[in-house]
Amino acid sequence: MKTLVIAEHDNKTLAGVTLNAIAAAQRFGGEVDVLVAGADCAAVVSQAQAVAGVARVLKCEAAHYAEPLAENLAVLVQTVAAGGGYRAVLAAASSLGKNLLPRVAALLDVAAISDVVAISAPGRYERPIYAGNVLVAVESDQAIDVLTVRTTAFDAAAASGGSAGVEEVAAAADLGLSRLIGRELSKSERPELGAAAVVVSGGRGLGSGENYRAVLEPLADALNAALGASRAAVDAGFVPNDYQVGQTGKIVAPGLYVAVGISGAIQHLAGMKDSKVIVAINKDPDAPIFQIADYGLVADLFQAVPELSKSLAAN
Amino acid sequence: MKILVPIKRVVDYNVKVRVKSDQSGVELNGVKMSMNPFDEIAVEEAVRLKEAGTATEVIAVSCGTTASQETLRSALAMGADRAILVETDVELQPLAVAKLLKAVAEREQPQLVIAGKQAIDDDANQTGQMLAALMGWPQAAFASKVVMGDGVVTVTREIDGGLETIELKLPALITADLRLNEPRYATLPNIMKAKKKPLDVLAAGELGVDINPRLRHVRHAEPAARQGGVKVADVAELVNKLRNEAKVI
Repeated sequence: MKTLVIAEHDNKTLAGVTLNAIAAAQRFGGEVDVLVAGADCAAVVSQAQAVAGVARVLKCEAAHYAEPLAENLAVLVQTVAAGGGYRAVLAAASSLGKNLLPRVAALLDVAAISDVVAISAPGRYERPIYAGNVLVAVESDQAIDVLTVRTTAFDAAAASGGSAGVEEVAAAADLGLSRLIGRELSKSERPELGAAAVVVSGGRGLGSGENYRAVLEPLADALNAALGASRAAVDAGFVPNDYQVGQTGKIVAPGLYVAVGISGAIQHLAGMKDSKVIVAINKDPDAPIFQIADYGLVADLFQAVPELSKSLAAN
Repeated sequence: MKILVPIKRVVDYNVKVRVKSDQSGVELNGVKMSMNPFDEIAVEEAVRLKEAGTATEVIAVSCGTTASQETLRSALAMGADRAILVETDVELQPLAVAKLLKAVAEREQPQLVIAGKQAIDDDANQTGQMLAALMGWPQAAFASKVVMGDGVVTVTREIDGGLETIELKLPALITADLRLNEPRYATLPNIMKAKKKPLDVLAAGELGVDINPRLRHVRHAEPAARQGGVKVADVAELVNKLRNEAKVI
C-alpha cells in the first residue's frame, strides 16, 4: 500500500506544512511518495528526498507548473494517483491543499475528506465540523481517499535523514484555463503564524491598526512570537487577512497563545483552542475567552500589555 | 451573462450545536436554520454584478429537502431573479451536490458560478472546487475581489501568505471568502416581492446522477472541553505563573 503526498513549495523551498502531511501519510503504514510539480524546482526535490520516511520523490517539471494553479495540477495529480496504485492522496489543509484536493477528488470520482485530525487506519479518519464544536469519525471504503490534513494534528516528519530516490513523471498538457497575475505576500521577520511556538493575537479591543502595532509588536518581540488577529480585527482593517486565526482563517496550536482584546467568538476559538497554554487579556470579565484561558487577566490592555512587554523584555 | 449561485441551508451561525445522545449526528430539531453565511456573500456579489449591468440574471440553486425553499426565498429577497430547488431527502455529501449542480449548470448554461467557500456545518470547503472540476472550468477559491473582463474574470484570492490575483477564462467558478463584500439585509418590500419570484422544484432523481453518500459518518462527539484556568490579579502574577507554573517563558 502506498500513499501520495503533494509537496507545497515555491520552486526553491519545500514548505514546512508538507512535513506534517508526510507524517500523516505515514499513519497509513505503507510507503510514502511525494509529488513535486514545479519549474526549475531541483532544490525542492532534494529537500523532499531528505525527509525521513519518504520512499520516492516523483518529480514533474514544466513551465505550466511554475505556479500552483489548481486546473493543471489537479489533472497531473489525478493521473499520478490513479496510475500509481495509491491508497490515498494527502496534502496539508493549507490554502493550496484546500484549493487543489477537492478538484482532484472530483476528477477521481471519490469523496474528499477535509481537515483530517486523526488517522487510525486506512479509511478511518476523524475531522472537526461545526467550527470544531463536533468531531466526526469518518469511514471510507473508497479505493482511493483524498485527504487534507490539519498540520497542527500531526508532528512534522524530520526534514533530514531520508534518502529517497527520484522518478520523473511526465507532465500533463497545459489546459490554459487560468494564469497568475500577481501576488502580494505579507513580509515579516517574525515566525510563521501556523508554525510559531508563541502567538500574540489581537482583536477589536485594540481599536485601530496603529494601536495593534504599537501595543502588540513589543510583546511579540519580547516573546519571539508570530502575530495573529481575530476576524473582527481583520474586518476592521487593523491587519491583513492572512493574520486571521479561526474557523475560516488559520488554525494554530502553539505552546503559548496570548489573546489581547479578543472576546472569544466560537469561530475564533475554533482556530486556537488546541494551544497548550492560553492567556487572555480583556477588560470585560464576562468575555467568553476567559472560559478557555489558562490564565485570564481582567485589565485595560493599553496598560497591561505594555507592562507585560516591559517585564518580559527586562528578563 | 447568467450567474448561478448555489446556496445551502445550515444551522444558524449563532447556534451552539449539540450532538445527539446516540452520536448519530447533530440535533437539528427546533434549531434555527439560515442561509450559509458564505453563500450570502456569493448572492450579494452576483446581485452587485447584475446591478452593475454585467450580469443579466442571477439564479439561486439549492439541493436538499423542501425546507430549503425558505432559504432560496431569502436569496430572492436579496435580489436573485429566480430559484431552483433540487429536492431530495438523501443525505448529500459535497461530491453529490457538485454532480447535481453540474446537471443544473448544463441546463442553465451560466457563464459564472459564485459559491460560498465553505458551509459552516460540515466545514468541507469542497463543493465549488468539485463542480469546477466536473465542468472542466477554471476556479478561483477564496475570492476577496472579482473584476469582470472581456471573456475573462480577474479574481483576487486570499492565500496563506497574503493575496494572489489570477485571471480565469469564462465560464468559470468562484468561491466567496469573508471579505468579498458585506451582504445586504433584505428589505420588507423585497421580501414581499420575493414571494412572487419563480421557484422551480426539480426532483434530484430526474437529473440522473449518483448522489449516494460515499463516506459514512459513524460517530459524532463533542471534543474534550478545555478547562478554564484561573484569573490572575495583575501582570506580575501573570508573568510569575507563565514562568514558574506553565513554564512557557
